[in-house]
Amino acid sequence: MMQAPETGGTITLTVNGAPRELAPHSTVAALLGSLGIDPRLVVVEHNRTILRDRDAYDSLGLGSGDVVEIVHFVGGG
Amino acid sequence: MGIAVESSLDVAPLIIGGREFRSRLMVGTGKYASNGDMMHAIEASGAEVVTVAVRRVDLNRGSEEGILHHLDPDQFFLLANTAGCYTADEAVRYARLARAAGFNEWVKLEVIGDAETLLPDSAGLLEATKTLASEGFKVMAYTNDDLITALRLEEAGAVAVMPLASPIGSGLGMLNPYAIRTIKQRLQVPVIVDAGVGTASDACIVMEQGVDGILMNTGIAAATDPVRMATAMRLAVDAGRLAYLAGRMPRREIAIPSSPMSGMLGA
Repeated sequence: MMQAPETGGTITLTVNGAPRELAPHSTVAALLGSLGIDPRLVVVEHNRTILRDRDAYDSLGLGSGDVVEIVHFVGGG
Repeated sequence: MGIAVESSLDVAPLIIGGREFRSRLMVGTGKYASNGDMMHAIEASGAEVVTVAVRRVDLNRGSEEGILHHLDPDQFFLLANTAGCYTADEAVRYARLARAAGFNEWVKLEVIGDAETLLPDSAGLLEATKTLASEGFKVMAYTNDDLITALRLEEAGAVAVMPLASPIGSGLGMLNPYAIRTIKQRLQVPVIVDAGVGTASDACIVMEQGVDGILMNTGIAAATDPVRMATAMRLAVDAGRLAYLAGRMPRREIAIPSSPMSGMLGA
């Protein structure tokens, strides 16, 4: 996986397809918090691994170059 | 006293994958002008199963756009779809994400083969059905009105097979009643017709083929008055089911009078 350069004390991740800067050692919970997202209403995939246990959000640290997908249910047929 | 037009008249309940469902009409949640319209229409339809799609959260808008802000998961059975997926791998990924939401292990599997017609990719469907069934998913597979593909999907572990009446969102009604009847006659698992129903008569005719249920979205959502159409669809599904169970009269090419031939006045 491509490692994004660390600049200004932040790490750069790809979140839902777009680059996003975070403080180093941020957790998934911190990322969701910074986005104003209720963890109970979404599913998170981290580097292609689905985080099935929401309790892990508090412990799982994110690194530079990580790819995170945050999905939810929307209307569909 | 007249006979109440209720699906409770249907003595055999709809059972899919070991679970009993109270309505033979399943509805989608896409394309509504507003969430209020959607909820009123779903309530009018009497549906228990409602389909939802898995998509990225719009990070500029937050998770408030999610459907669970409007739809109570305790009141409805959420059936996640894999709409928009063009490969088995992609569909499996979406199904796993949906299951991780924690509601159930069911999926309405779509593997699309062509962007213009949205017709299914049979090879992709079979591959994804095998994978998901082996992971414990209850797979309801959206498929073409092709008997052989339907049989293979059943063998692959699908708990229901969902042949199309006509292409998704087309509203063309059932194009091949023979194919739908044949699939129903040959499969052991429930057959739920999915896609193409445009108005109540379409739904009624589909149910008259003896299939176990119908899933529709656009037919209700794109009606001028979705709540009225949802009510019409509910009644049409019940009417079609009852007509099927009643057994229709034989077709004849000649007229047979309904009134006595005898007792006519002399000339």
